[in-house]
Amino acid sequence: MARRSIPILKHLLSSTRSQSQSEPFNSTFKRCVTYMHRPGDGTPRPVTLIPGDGIGPLVTGAVEQVMEAMHAPVYFEKFIVHGDMKAVPTEVLESIRKNKVCLKGGLITPMGGGVSSLNVQLRKELDLYASLVNCFNLPGLATRHDNVDIVVIRENTEGEYAGLEHEVVPGVVESLKVITKFCSERIAKYAFEYAYLNNRKKVTAVHKANIMKLADGLFLESCREVATKYPGIKYNEIIVDNCCMQLVSKPEQFDVMVTPNLYGNLVANTAAGIAGGTGVMPGGNVGAEHAVFEQGASAGNVGNEKVAAQKTANPVALLLSSAMMLRHLQFPAFADRLEVAVEKVILEGKYRTKDLGGTSTTQEVVDAVIDALD
Amino acid sequence: MASQILRRTLGSRYFANQRPFSSVSTPIRATLFPGDGIGPEIAESVKQIFQAAEAPIEWEEHYVGTEVDPRTQSFLTWESLESVRRNRVGLKGPMATPIGKGHRSLNLTLRKELNLYANVRPCYSLSGYKTRYDNVDLITIRENTEGEYSGLEHQVVRGVVESIKIITRQASIRVAEYAFHYAKAHGRKRVSAIHKANIMQKTDGLFLKCCREVAEKYPEITYEEVVIDNCCMMLVKNPALFDVLVMPNLYGDIISDLCAGLIGGLGLTPSCNIGEGGIALAEAVHGSAPDIAGKNLANPTALLLSSVSMLRHLDLHDKADRIQNAILDTIAEGKYRTADLGGTSKTTEFTKAIIDHL
Repeated sequence: MARRSIPILKHLLSSTRSQSQSEPFNSTFKRCVTYMHRPGDGTPRPVTLIPGDGIGPLVTGAVEQVMEAMHAPVYFEKFIVHGDMKAVPTEVLESIRKNKVCLKGGLITPMGGGVSSLNVQLRKELDLYASLVNCFNLPGLATRHDNVDIVVIRENTEGEYAGLEHEVVPGVVESLKVITKFCSERIAKYAFEYAYLNNRKKVTAVHKANIMKLADGLFLESCREVATKYPGIKYNEIIVDNCCMQLVSKPEQFDVMVTPNLYGNLVANTAAGIAGGTGVMPGGNVGAEHAVFEQGASAGNVGNEKVAAQKTANPVALLLSSAMMLRHLQFPAFADRLEVAVEKVILEGKYRTKDLGGTSTTQEVVDAVIDALD
Repeated sequence: MASQILRRTLGSRYFANQRPFSSVSTPIRATLFPGDGIGPEIAESVKQIFQAAEAPIEWEEHYVGTEVDPRTQSFLTWESLESVRRNRVGLKGPMATPIGKGHRSLNLTLRKELNLYANVRPCYSLSGYKTRYDNVDLITIRENTEGEYSGLEHQVVRGVVESIKIITRQASIRVAEYAFHYAKAHGRKRVSAIHKANIMQKTDGLFLKCCREVAEKYPEITYEEVVIDNCCMMLVKNPALFDVLVMPNLYGDIISDLCAGLIGGLGLTPSCNIGEGGIALAEAVHGSAPDIAGKNLANPTALLLSSVSMLRHLDLHDKADRIQNAILDTIAEGKYRTADLGGTSKTTEFTKAIIDHL
């Protein structure tokens, strides 16, 4: 398959280079391709909805309202799950397995011990091995860095989050980080495939192989192997501490980044921070059979009680993630409409929540987005 | 009970070995490793400025050897290490890593032999050198001996590799004690412990427990715990939220480099390694830059600021302030700047400008 794809790849890349790069979002959106659907595609699709804790119900409520206003062909099967439950309830997993797509608000992981994170459990059960966060500058939202357009693809099942810890003797604790060729290969394949399908030019592997020679060395080996199958896409490697330093000084050099589990978490949150904050970055987790969409990089603010109580959570991230979900379900026109409306609201600047420097509540932003829908 | 005895002995050893500073006239001996590449030039800068500022430091220079010393299994000689142990303070320039097998890396040798357990990096915005962040003023303290960098990896079966992360009570208490002592000694109000204990519950949980224990002994300092991904995001959005950060090894590596990036890169960042018994080895963390070696183009700021933190460790605060202010004034003025800061001055001109500002 690789040998067949190379001439196709070359043809595609040469033809797209001659076209001008079309803006992903602009206020006067020009439709360029007519989407021809199969008969029956318009029947409403069921999507599992997990509001979650903290600001979760607020932002998923926002998505429900907007979907309703757009008359989008999706309907939600809501399930109540809280972060301090022992395990994800079986009916929720069954529902996701049936529907194949889920939208999640956020589940708080209690600190301290005993309960393993439900977010991690969900990913392991459904084998959602790739986590994707798209960090980009939204027009109209001023940040310290410009020209940021980074996609962080993070391995989601193993690495440091294997959860294998034990106390050797009192006062000495060990934690195992597991890296396997199987998982590293499939995440590398996903990253390069993503770059190919989305016309991205460069994939950067983030690692610490100068210290963890065997573990991150295995990860890099897998990435290098997959890179040879995509000669049109540039590949390079960067050490994680240098990567963070470069992200805060020259973020425009990064395009798609593929990382193991822990570094991915840090890099995604750093990239989200420089491009406008975790309140606006979309993302999701995807596996071979299921996809769960949620706020891209939701460090910490899920449990922020003050924000939940005052109803000032930023719904933009989950709205953009639900637009990704609509595209995943093959409803591209609805996805475009939603993205254009959200972008218009941000560009105008009148309705912005506190984390973007404004004073609006979640509901006001949602109303503005619904008004902006065409 | 064993841990209590351990803590008491560690604590007393740390504080009892503070040198009595009787008078300015008796100079304090300090070991100097100029290093490779641009090392000798910037070390020369430091010596000149210290002389002009009349800092009571007598330098004992040591160089990396050309052969492996069997007593240390590296290119650093036993005499060099003994010198640091004796003097208790040192300054290290950039050292190029020699390629090959059969010897330990230079940094590893220093760390293991001198038992350097904490790496301290003060990061503050240099007025006059504009970066995207203006109000950075924080210290990162990183545990330097264990954690994810224990180097214990093995292949379980083909295609499956395990790497072991170790956290011990002893090492965590040691670095937490130093962090709070540093905060108190430098008038800092808040210490934040950075962790990922929601996922790595036992390992980072133990680290946090140790930090909490030490925090109880310093009630005047605010203590908080921040999850690392939240910390990364807050640092790039608003670095003024943080004061002193204490972290295990891997997180410390990443966060301290991130903070260096906020203020302008490794060429401007000071760093100091603290060892058992009150040893302090200040170092410049940038590379040896062989391409500009010997051309009088190097920027000595990192090594100079590191030497200032060495002076602070010795409680010579007035000298330290004098030299630091001179450096900051020179950079702020903008007339004499080396090439990496966007100017055209040579190393010697920059040094002379600092001496003039003293």
